[in-house]
Amino acid sequence: MADFFQTLIATIAVGSLYALVALGYTLVYGILKFINFAHSDIFVLGAWTTFAGSTVFLTKFGYEPEQSPWWLGVCVLLLAIFVCGLTGYLIERFAYRPLRKAPRLNVLITAIGVSLLLQNVGQLPGLALVRGPERVVTKPADQLTDREKSTNPEIAGDTATIREPGEALATLPFGSSPKRAPTILPDAVLNETVVASGTSKGGAKRGVIVLDQAIELVPDRGYRLEIARTIDGQPRRESLNLAVEPGKYEAGVELATQPRRNPADLDGARYTLVRDPLVPIRLLDVLIVASSLVLMAGLQVLVFRTKLGSAMRAVSFNVDTASLMGINVNFVISFTFVLGTALAAAAAFLYAMKYPSLQQPASGVWVLLGLKAFVAAVVGGIGNVRGAVLGGFLIAGIEFFGARYISTELRDVYVFGLLIVVLLVRPNGLLGSAVREKV
Amino acid sequence: MSAAHTDDNPAKLAEQHIRPNTGDGPVMLQVSDLHMAYGAIRALHGVDLTVRQGQIVTLIGCNGAGKSTTLRSISGMCKPQRGKITLEGREILGLPSHAMVRLGMAHSPEGRGIFANLTVEENLELGAFARRDKSGIAADRERALTLFPRVRERMKQMAGTLSGGEQQMLAMARALMARPRLLLLDEPSLGLAPQIVQTIFKIIREINAAGTTVLLVEQNAHMALNIAHFGYVLEVGRIVMARPAKELAASDEVRKAYLGGH
Repeated sequence: MADFFQTLIATIAVGSLYALVALGYTLVYGILKFINFAHSDIFVLGAWTTFAGSTVFLTKFGYEPEQSPWWLGVCVLLLAIFVCGLTGYLIERFAYRPLRKAPRLNVLITAIGVSLLLQNVGQLPGLALVRGPERVVTKPADQLTDREKSTNPEIAGDTATIREPGEALATLPFGSSPKRAPTILPDAVLNETVVASGTSKGGAKRGVIVLDQAIELVPDRGYRLEIARTIDGQPRRESLNLAVEPGKYEAGVELATQPRRNPADLDGARYTLVRDPLVPIRLLDVLIVASSLVLMAGLQVLVFRTKLGSAMRAVSFNVDTASLMGINVNFVISFTFVLGTALAAAAAFLYAMKYPSLQQPASGVWVLLGLKAFVAAVVGGIGNVRGAVLGGFLIAGIEFFGARYISTELRDVYVFGLLIVVLLVRPNGLLGSAVREKV
Repeated sequence: MSAAHTDDNPAKLAEQHIRPNTGDGPVMLQVSDLHMAYGAIRALHGVDLTVRQGQIVTLIGCNGAGKSTTLRSISGMCKPQRGKITLEGREILGLPSHAMVRLGMAHSPEGRGIFANLTVEENLELGAFARRDKSGIAADRERALTLFPRVRERMKQMAGTLSGGEQQMLAMARALMARPRLLLLDEPSLGLAPQIVQTIFKIIREINAAGTTVLLVEQNAHMALNIAHFGYVLEVGRIVMARPAKELAASDEVRKAYLGGH
């Protein structure tokens, strides 16, 4: 049962991200009637901007990832939205707009071309934006290799000092760095419970806690001790593991801990004993779902409740007539592109926060994610805003539940298998309908 | 109509049939020497026409004569290769369609151009897209809905579910929402029952009486000439007749060719 709920949580979190990317496909299709194949590359660009942007910001402002303030995450998100939005605008302006009156196939092929262009530019070696610490090697001057000699070593007497620039932590464009996104959003398990409190006896050296209350430690559930600490004026919580068997313990019993070097862990320090929840709900997942829902609701309001939204729907129905209404069609199309790419950027940012250890964005993993979002858009009914959201959750559900209960290796197969089934049974997608015009 | 006349001197023919539109009002729209080709297919070969303020001017002709192309060129939907178009003295050829609306021109296109995926109300409001004056928009909306009570009954419906006549009414109501000084109407009677056509033409007259200048493209020459002040006859991309509407309606050539006359 716990498995089921954990899978459900992952489905909702990742599904909302698929939905955000799918919305970009569907918005562009709705207006221009072609699949913007470069959209998944925009998503990758958003991930890279997140990787590089957070690395650069952390270095420039001098924060460790765990203690970065909330506004840093907002800055990186805005940067990703800006970079992707601008790229989306330029692509539309210079690649698609000149082909506005050309056959649709030409635009489609151009979209594939733009996609390949972005992928290849992304893999260029790139210019280092920030570097790690300089490497300094000292060795006897007569043992220098030819390569080392070419780096202009400083020679003082018999010893040579070789200075090598530090590893490039973030490059422009992707290159091969960085490999891992720093987590700059706050994360914690929200539904854990405090079950007891205690006092340290003898500090970290002895590693013994005296309990205030009687407790029962249940098997199969994680427990940890937490202590409040202040680091650089910031209150932080440090945790410590218990080293005892499950079972019942009376008040006043001494429990052994796995001691760690901890300056706050002195004799008499106060601890709380925290039990892990059966189904952990993480703050990050809540943030992801909440921000996705806010973006999706905002989009819904924009498209269906505002003048600009009516203009977007009018342009999607008939470009020529829309311009007769005084609608600047070029502006509406550019706006739609920027909107779609901004949603992809936000999704990429959140995805990078959830899966920080995912390989660097230039890898195929990220492109595949974009493709799955495309499947979500098609399954929901391409061109249909609500369909994209439904498709996102559906695709994530089939992927995560299939991976959990059938086989992990086949997770992509479920997604693309569903695509085939939907195309066979309902070619217009679940919510799509063939619009017939009355004459 | 070439069979109808015996004089084959073109200059004399033109003199006979093409007269300048000399009304009282100032010139609202002036089109001169308009040439338009779709690729290799030439649609217009030097069209000249004048619309004066306060008039209903009609442009009649057969299918494919270039009537719609003329309107589309005026409202910027297609780009003529040569010619000159001025609206209230201002050169407008080459401006995009959406800019025309701000200059006081509204174009209700052929086939009505209803956005079937939007509600009737949203369609109507898009007509005022370029405007910012809320109270003015509300007043014009009320005026348009008074002219077309059928539209008011259908406000929350999707526009695609309307009947052909209702769609035409919506298209015209929507065009009025821009508060145009010049209204271009492309075949408002197309595919409608005679009774509804009567209503539509009655309303065109009312719109004109309220101060909007109208350029009306029609295949239904009888109805169009009946309400217009001045008429132009277009044949394969050329104006072949231009006269006050009453004279056109009475002329043998027009009666034979366009009014099913005897």
